[in-house]
Amino acid sequence: MLQDQEKSLQLLGKEELYLVEGKAGDWVQVRRIVLQPGQRAPQVPADTQAVPLIMLVKGFLQHDARIGEEVTITTVIGRQVKGELVAVNPTYDHNYGCPVPELLVIGPELRQILWGEEGAK
Amino acid sequence: MTLDRSYKAVMDRRNEIMKRALGIDYTEFDLSPLAFDYDGMMARAGYTLDEVRKIQRETGVGNTPLLELKNVTALARKMAPPGKGARIFIKDESANLSGSFKDRRASVSVYHAKKMGYPGVIAATSGNYGAAVASQAAMRGLKCIVVQEVFDSRGVGQPEIVEKGRKCEAYGAEVVQLSVGPELFYVFLLLLEETGFLNASLYTPFGIAGVETLGYELAEQVRELTGRKPDAVVVTHAGGGNVTGTARGLRKAGCSDTRVIGVSVDLSGLHMASDGDFNRKSFTTGHTGFGVPFTTWPDRADVPRNAARPLRYLDRYVTVTQGEVFYVTEMLAQLEGLERGPAGNTSLAGAFAIAQEMNEDEILVVQETEYTGAGKHPTAQLTFARDNGVAVRRGDPRENLPGKSIVIPTHPGQLGVVEFDLDQARRSYLRNAVKNTGVREVSRKDIVFLAEDSRASLEFVREQLRELGVKLPG
Repeated sequence: MLQDQEKSLQLLGKEELYLVEGKAGDWVQVRRIVLQPGQRAPQVPADTQAVPLIMLVKGFLQHDARIGEEVTITTVIGRQVKGELVAVNPTYDHNYGCPVPELLVIGPELRQILWGEEGAK
Repeated sequence: MTLDRSYKAVMDRRNEIMKRALGIDYTEFDLSPLAFDYDGMMARAGYTLDEVRKIQRETGVGNTPLLELKNVTALARKMAPPGKGARIFIKDESANLSGSFKDRRASVSVYHAKKMGYPGVIAATSGNYGAAVASQAAMRGLKCIVVQEVFDSRGVGQPEIVEKGRKCEAYGAEVVQLSVGPELFYVFLLLLEETGFLNASLYTPFGIAGVETLGYELAEQVRELTGRKPDAVVVTHAGGGNVTGTARGLRKAGCSDTRVIGVSVDLSGLHMASDGDFNRKSFTTGHTGFGVPFTTWPDRADVPRNAARPLRYLDRYVTVTQGEVFYVTEMLAQLEGLERGPAGNTSLAGAFAIAQEMNEDEILVVQETEYTGAGKHPTAQLTFARDNGVAVRRGDPRENLPGKSIVIPTHPGQLGVVEFDLDQARRSYLRNAVKNTGVREVSRKDIVFLAEDSRASLEFVREQLRELGVKLPG
């Protein structure tokens, strides 16, 4: 499971939603290491050289399995992909973030410049 | 026989894989190891403007509104000397089906894939292009894979890219998500080999021909609304396709005198292949990390000869800061009622300053907007920046430090552009041309090609080549 996903579930107090088992046919995400740290392309900088190239793909689980097990999935276009099961029902956890006070005042400021006091209200 | 899938073996097979996956024999256009027939390639491998318009009509691409930004123009005039402040128009490209001008770029490749009998299309992109290819493929009944660079080694995804991945999935595409690194290309080659799909590259003649309608359409709309030609068109510049296609379309509409100005967000100092830098930027496209390398050497793309060649078309190239782009994104929403994605507003940030240099009766067009949504929004991106240790504050945008601080202007009078010296870009281009092709001696034909490709004089090219120790024809 991705760290940010984990974090957001913790924030929501929904650790229990983190399924540890997938059934055949479940929508899941698998992870594969494409290149190990020593195998990275020569032109990449040192910090990238030190970490593996990781791939994540989603699809339907072909057989019952637990998180961490090696599985095969069928993607939405019918491709078979093998990898380590990392999430069952993987969530989209991107959002609109927090209100940004530095942005909130821009509209009134601009209306004030354009139209004076009345416009700023 | 099982093919060797190791990194080296696959990279060694790249030409063979690409030839099948692109459906174009690029050697046909070669003139020498250095030079090639660019106009011939665009004419013979692509489609005509009329054909492209017909293809795009079939799948609902284009015909987006051109809106006059009357309040933004009035604000710019308040900042400008008397008599200055061009009328600013914006082409609302977010009205395309998948939410950006990239529908134009995807439409022709996907049409071509269908016509040539490919079972599907693949695109390597972390941008709006993925959604555009997925949307066009959905309409034409083709399978689609989008390969994205999306997360760092901690597993933290860039919110803007995560959103783009979601959108691809919404159109029925398979999204292959990768951690940071240029070896994405290796995975891409493996997928092309495995599936036999068409490489819907951003950089084929199809992709560029698709953008020509954008330049053509905006010229027609400006004429209709104002009775004159646009004086300047400001383009968000990354890989060069937006600049190239728009400029070619303007020329086809008889607007050869319209100035084409590229704008990129300044991300200098951040390494594009660095795992640590990846999540310290708030813009994943439209920035100098693509704009500069693709201007100074276009043939770094996933095709043998890149159809996007920005140096041929740029009249001027400027940079703006991340904070300025967030500021104009807010300005566009609050003064014009247009809530649009930040990256697409890069050119608007430049336009606000450039309009103030122009006369009041002149016309300046910002040629794109993009959709906004979760992840692809100023509040999402600034929250993410803060979470990743980047300071966000108000102040003078010139104090912006990519990867360290985002400075949001306190007054519209602070918005400005920083010139990127195009002669310096030309010199880098010529240096790269010599280095990457390994030529030690050039012909007259090569010199003419290099001059056209960098929009420089023959004398400029000769002088630079001489300095690089290249043998010139007598």
